[in-house]
Amino acid sequence: MSLDPATVMAIIAMALATYATRISGFIIGPYLPEQGRLKQALDAVPAAVLTAVIAPTLFNSPAELFAAVITAIAARRLPALGAITVGVGAVLLGRHFLGPW
Amino acid sequence: MSMSSVLRDVRSGVIGILPIALAAVPFGLLLGSEAVRRGLSPAEISLMSLIVFAGSAQFLTVSIWSHPAPWAALALAAFLINLRHVLMSASLSPKLKDFRKSQKALVAFLLADEIWALNERRAIYHQITPGFYFGTALGLYVIWLAATIAGTALGEALPAPETIGFDFVFAALFISLVTGFAKTWRALPVVISSLAASLFFKSVFGGTGFIVAGGLAGMIAAALLPPERKDAR
Repeated sequence: MSLDPATVMAIIAMALATYATRISGFIIGPYLPEQGRLKQALDAVPAAVLTAVIAPTLFNSPAELFAAVITAIAARRLPALGAITVGVGAVLLGRHFLGPW
Repeated sequence: MSMSSVLRDVRSGVIGILPIALAAVPFGLLLGSEAVRRGLSPAEISLMSLIVFAGSAQFLTVSIWSHPAPWAALALAAFLINLRHVLMSASLSPKLKDFRKSQKALVAFLLADEIWALNERRAIYHQITPGFYFGTALGLYVIWLAATIAGTALGEALPAPETIGFDFVFAALFISLVTGFAKTWRALPVVISSLAASLFFKSVFGGTGFIVAGGLAGMIAAALLPPERKDAR
């Protein structure tokens, strides 16, 4: 079990940087409006951020785009675990049968 | 609140996160093995999973790690990748009515993407309780740490996640969550703006800023929509 001082310091700095981003919303939270345009914007955060996180993945290859469409359809009928299973199956099928862009 | 209802909430939190935490196992294994290849010791990468607890930031920093570690550059990289958590915590903040200040400090420490997403979904129909939140967080935290440690031992014996389709799990989870949030037509401009802006930003600038760019674009689209009728009254 070896711990290099520079590495440990970098990990602690990363932890602090990460914590700063995660606590900031709770610090400004009480000052955020409860109605109006800014409230509408905040309400849209889950859909907007989740979409942005995965957007580049979806266009990696035709297989991913195909699997994304299949997953979205499956998610309307199945719980998350079922939709994920269908999606993984679809991406494997797509990679087998579809080429790169 | 009675003890049994707290335990019930903890249990539904753990059960809710379980499939997602299991899907994170191959990534934890991969992180551990990649870290060892990059010259981090098992103790060091375990410490990182223990106190940073942010999958994408950990993957990126490990991939650019050098020795002696450039701490400022690594911390800045982690900060930039995690900027999305500013939006996530701001969105979650008003939904934590049952939480004390000290509990919110711990909530922030554990606010990984999957935990946040699952609790936002919970908030659509329920009040988020400390029992539920910490149930989801504990499940992922323990499994993430265990997988990281196991990965350092397994090393290169691991199959690449893409050969078994596991790299798509995260995308599939988020797609299914987005369909959960997108209940009315009002979500459509949000999703389309976010998609377009993040793809544009990524192709022009590269890096990881595309998440915040897409998130902000979606928020702007939502702000420009006509007010919902219940707000207008």
